[in-house]
Amino acid sequence: MKKTLMMSAACIFGATMASAQTVGFSQIGSESGWRAAETTLTRQQAEERGIDLRFSDAQQRQENQIAAIRTFVAQGVDAILLAPVVATGWDSVLEEASQADIPVVLLDRQVDAPDDLYLTAVGSDLVHEGEVAGEWLVNEVGDSECRVVELQGTTGSSPAIDRAQGFRNAIEGAENIEIVRSQTGDFTRTGGKEVMESFLQAESGNEICALYAHNDDMALGAIQAINEAGMNPGEDILIVSIDAVPDIFQAMAAGDANATVELTPNMAGPAFDALEAYWADGTEPEKFIQTESQLYTQDDDPQAEYEARKDLGY
Amino acid sequence: MKRAFLRVLPQLLTLAALIALVTLFFPQFLSVDYQAGRLSGPVIDVLKRGAPVALLAVGMTLVIATRGIDLSVGTVMAITGAVAAWTISAGWGVGAAIILALAAGIACGVWNGCLVAIFGIQPIVATLILMTSGRGIAQLITEGRILTFTDPAFAWLGSGTLLGIPVPTILWIVAAIATVVLMRRTALGLLVEAIGINRAASALAGVNASVLLIAVYMASGLCAALAGIIATADIRGADANNAGLWLELDAILAVVIGGNSLLGGRFSVAASVLGAMIIQTIDTGILLAGFPSEYNLVIKAALVLVILVLQSPNLADHWHFVRENVRRRREPEPSPDVKS
Amino acid sequence: MLLSIRDLSKSFPGTRALDGVDFDLRAGEVHALLGENGAGKSTLIKCLTGAYRRDAGEIRLDGEKISPSSTSEAQELGIGTVYQEVNLLPNLTVAQNLTFGREPRRFGMVDGKAQRELAREMLDGYGLDIDVGRDLGAYSVAVRQIVAIARAVALSGKVLILDEPTASLDAAEVRMLFDVIRDLRDRGLGIIFVSHFLDQVFALCDRLTVLRNGRKITTETTADLDRVKLIEHMLGHELDRASEEAATTDSVADDRPELLRFEGIGRAGVVEPFDLTIRKGEVIGLAGLLGSGRTETAELMFGVRTPQTGKTRDADGPVSHATPREAIAAGFGFAPEDRKTHGIIADLSVRENIILAMQAHRGWTRPIPRAEQDAIAEDYIAKLDIRTSDADKPVGDLSGGNQQKVVLARWLAMNPRYLILDEPTRGIDVGAHAEILRLIQEITEEGMSILVISSELDELIAVVDRVIVLRDRKHMRELTGEEVATDAIVRAIASSDHAPDAARDHAR
Repeated sequence: MKKTLMMSAACIFGATMASAQTVGFSQIGSESGWRAAETTLTRQQAEERGIDLRFSDAQQRQENQIAAIRTFVAQGVDAILLAPVVATGWDSVLEEASQADIPVVLLDRQVDAPDDLYLTAVGSDLVHEGEVAGEWLVNEVGDSECRVVELQGTTGSSPAIDRAQGFRNAIEGAENIEIVRSQTGDFTRTGGKEVMESFLQAESGNEICALYAHNDDMALGAIQAINEAGMNPGEDILIVSIDAVPDIFQAMAAGDANATVELTPNMAGPAFDALEAYWADGTEPEKFIQTESQLYTQDDDPQAEYEARKDLGY
Repeated sequence: MKRAFLRVLPQLLTLAALIALVTLFFPQFLSVDYQAGRLSGPVIDVLKRGAPVALLAVGMTLVIATRGIDLSVGTVMAITGAVAAWTISAGWGVGAAIILALAAGIACGVWNGCLVAIFGIQPIVATLILMTSGRGIAQLITEGRILTFTDPAFAWLGSGTLLGIPVPTILWIVAAIATVVLMRRTALGLLVEAIGINRAASALAGVNASVLLIAVYMASGLCAALAGIIATADIRGADANNAGLWLELDAILAVVIGGNSLLGGRFSVAASVLGAMIIQTIDTGILLAGFPSEYNLVIKAALVLVILVLQSPNLADHWHFVRENVRRRREPEPSPDVKS
Repeated sequence: MLLSIRDLSKSFPGTRALDGVDFDLRAGEVHALLGENGAGKSTLIKCLTGAYRRDAGEIRLDGEKISPSSTSEAQELGIGTVYQEVNLLPNLTVAQNLTFGREPRRFGMVDGKAQRELAREMLDGYGLDIDVGRDLGAYSVAVRQIVAIARAVALSGKVLILDEPTASLDAAEVRMLFDVIRDLRDRGLGIIFVSHFLDQVFALCDRLTVLRNGRKITTETTADLDRVKLIEHMLGHELDRASEEAATTDSVADDRPELLRFEGIGRAGVVEPFDLTIRKGEVIGLAGLLGSGRTETAELMFGVRTPQTGKTRDADGPVSHATPREAIAAGFGFAPEDRKTHGIIADLSVRENIILAMQAHRGWTRPIPRAEQDAIAEDYIAKLDIRTSDADKPVGDLSGGNQQKVVLARWLAMNPRYLILDEPTRGIDVGAHAEILRLIQEITEEGMSILVISSELDELIAVVDRVIVLRDRKHMRELTGEEVATDAIVRAIASSDHAPDAARDHAR
């Protein structure tokens, strides 16, 4: 944390030396709290670095994003950040940006286009997130038997597939940990609560040792279900989930949740770092910059983490 | 009374068959416990989880009886939930939250009803407008995030119990009974059916079709508001993106499983809420049976298909024919050899 | 004889749509088929084109017995039809429409060039100078009409049926269409022309056949027939002196107290402002041809359409009837012409249909108790002799005449002071006819006033005290006393100052 602060301080210093750079940002929309936080943090990062950010909300439509990129190119911006709404259909517009020598950085999601059409992509590794969550559980339970129930994301979505895979990778060696029930909660609180209720019925509550939820919202719904069944989430059933939204820290502070893996909404920080290096001396970054999947537990002062996040727009 | 029972008999039989089927995969399905002052068990879960769809189905039945359809109810749930959560977080209290949420639901109904009754827009189009734009309104209220609150009194509406019974269960049962009484103890039911079968002829007979149409969309909005309150209170937060998502389709399905014609006319609220319980039994049954989640929708689709085929009018004629034959065989005509 | 129909019959539940109809069509003639709504014109055409299966009778084309079971089979036999709503596809090109179903192909693909060539050949001789490559929808209704004719002639080529082809055309377009029709006649086609514009019939047709109540009334040569005679045929003139006497004896009662006075009631494009005074217990008839404004007059009185001008008053002051609810509150009742779409609520029971207006008037908060409903329903089922197995049978399962009685019962239960009956005997069997007429007389004896609209002049005369004759959306004449007789009515309808200019041009 301290390190990144120092880094950004250095960047502010560096940026003030050069004339202010202009960056266009084509955001998907504001369909989730996480997305809103990403927008807020991108604006913050740009402000800190003295970058002039031009923001465009595509409202979930690719044609809006393509139009926005064309506008940015016409305006002659110094770089473009793109959080693509879909994976395909970007070749020609990225080609246009490339012809105009404007570097494009992809945020959060990938595209199906030749990788010489963009500078780099910043994103998290979904499998790795699942692995971090699994490793925490392996360490936490030690040698004791543990029957795990899993709340999956929307069936067939890539976060659901990858986060399930990562978790299984991590517990593969641990004979004492077994996933006994796995069902989709559609990434929503209602879904998490309803499915957890059925888990508690089906596995008679006290035989469940831990819950792994593919996102915090489902975990928060499940915590309510466990409470209402007269059990104590966080103690009777361990709760580990992914995303690190503010509300899960509140639950951790209350002792209801145990651990979460952060999917950082700060994609812009690493993106700006790469861009600044590129502007300075043409350094080509790696084609994929993986953000850190940091683990938070009850020991990490969850109340403070909640305070730090609650105004980001989650 | 006997006629009313015969009307819902197919739904009761379907429900019984489904319960038998689920019990096959999950033997403890019918077990009910009483602990810490509340009933619990899979059946109780069905009665509680089915509350939103059952409430929506009550309103939807009336709308469909007028030959309309209300696609906006899922969105209205999101709007009213957001209104309730916002009111609670603003510190105005539970009473204000409920009143404002119900008012918002009625307002949505008036909007839909006016588009249909006064401007003559086709119901599916008129309600589609609110269905697609309404989530934006809900997001404006929640500022795009899940608006959470910690008011135990309001949360009680979603997850509390009264005499051991979950509050949402009580709410949908009361709403359904109140609607049945209102429709059948007054002339409303007859007038609604009349405009659904033939609006022009009803208007010529002096039925105030426009006012009635607006009223049924208001009722639908009110039911959606109740469902929205329950959904919001249940998770102690208003999720503008996901609250009530696609539930309008489940509500329509419940009405259809309830044997009501989408072409309007004769309706049965009781059969519709039974339809909602049938759908919830399928959903809960799938969760309890523990199949991989990839199979959820396939199993649900297959079961719904079977139910609708078994209830189809053509097959009903066939059943009637078979029954008649069986009856005839059981009561053989006085055979001549008895005499001889 | 190109086409000859003998003894054609077709029944629907409750009605006999065609009853032993004969019809002959020569090659090279335009033969008009005339009759009011429900006379059997469209049933006859549908039997010819295979849309309906006939119950009895035979159809011969070129001397061969035919029995088409579908429109396409009729087309192949040589009978083509063009409807008022042209049944072509406006989003396809003219050429595609003309060659639809038999496109010239090359290597299995549609050959566009040959297709356009073929289309141009088909249109040759119709005097149309249009681009066959453009969408049909780009052209006027008249052009589409002619394209449809060209297609029908090319496909069939013996008999051409034109069903109300001029309904939405202006004068110049009518002229263009008539030129095409005459040309086809001269080429030897037999053309059946269905229309209710008498002037056009006189201008175009060689012969005409009049249908009424599913029966053929007459076939005449147009040139030998005068307008009065024709209208007599269409509206019926088989009555004996008796009913006229009945009418004249009633006309003494002019001292009956005045019930309602309509003054200057009208609406632009619907009916010109009219005055009408109605006395207590009086029966008034509205006579006129289809489209003369009869039904529209009733609709203005009952608030189905809101009058733009005029006011209405009774002995106590102004009466408002801007909506049906207001009209009902003022003591009006209205049994509309189209029973199925505007009268009965088919899926509701006989009982519910009878009490519906009463219940709507009381308001939803005061339901009529079930016992009272049953009593009212049983009462009217007995009184009007409604034939139904029980009061809870859906009214849609009843025959036409019994449905009409249910609608009547609905209004009688309200005990209105003024009842409007639009074509009360349309489409019901002869027995029910007589009963309905008897009912009308019965209820007026109790002091109710009635307005009857009917295309059946003999029926009208049998029940009414006065007749208002309408023409061109205008109340033209009021006939009272001895004038209430078919001859006078027919003359009033026919008095010829109304022939549209276009058609008159053609008559020359």
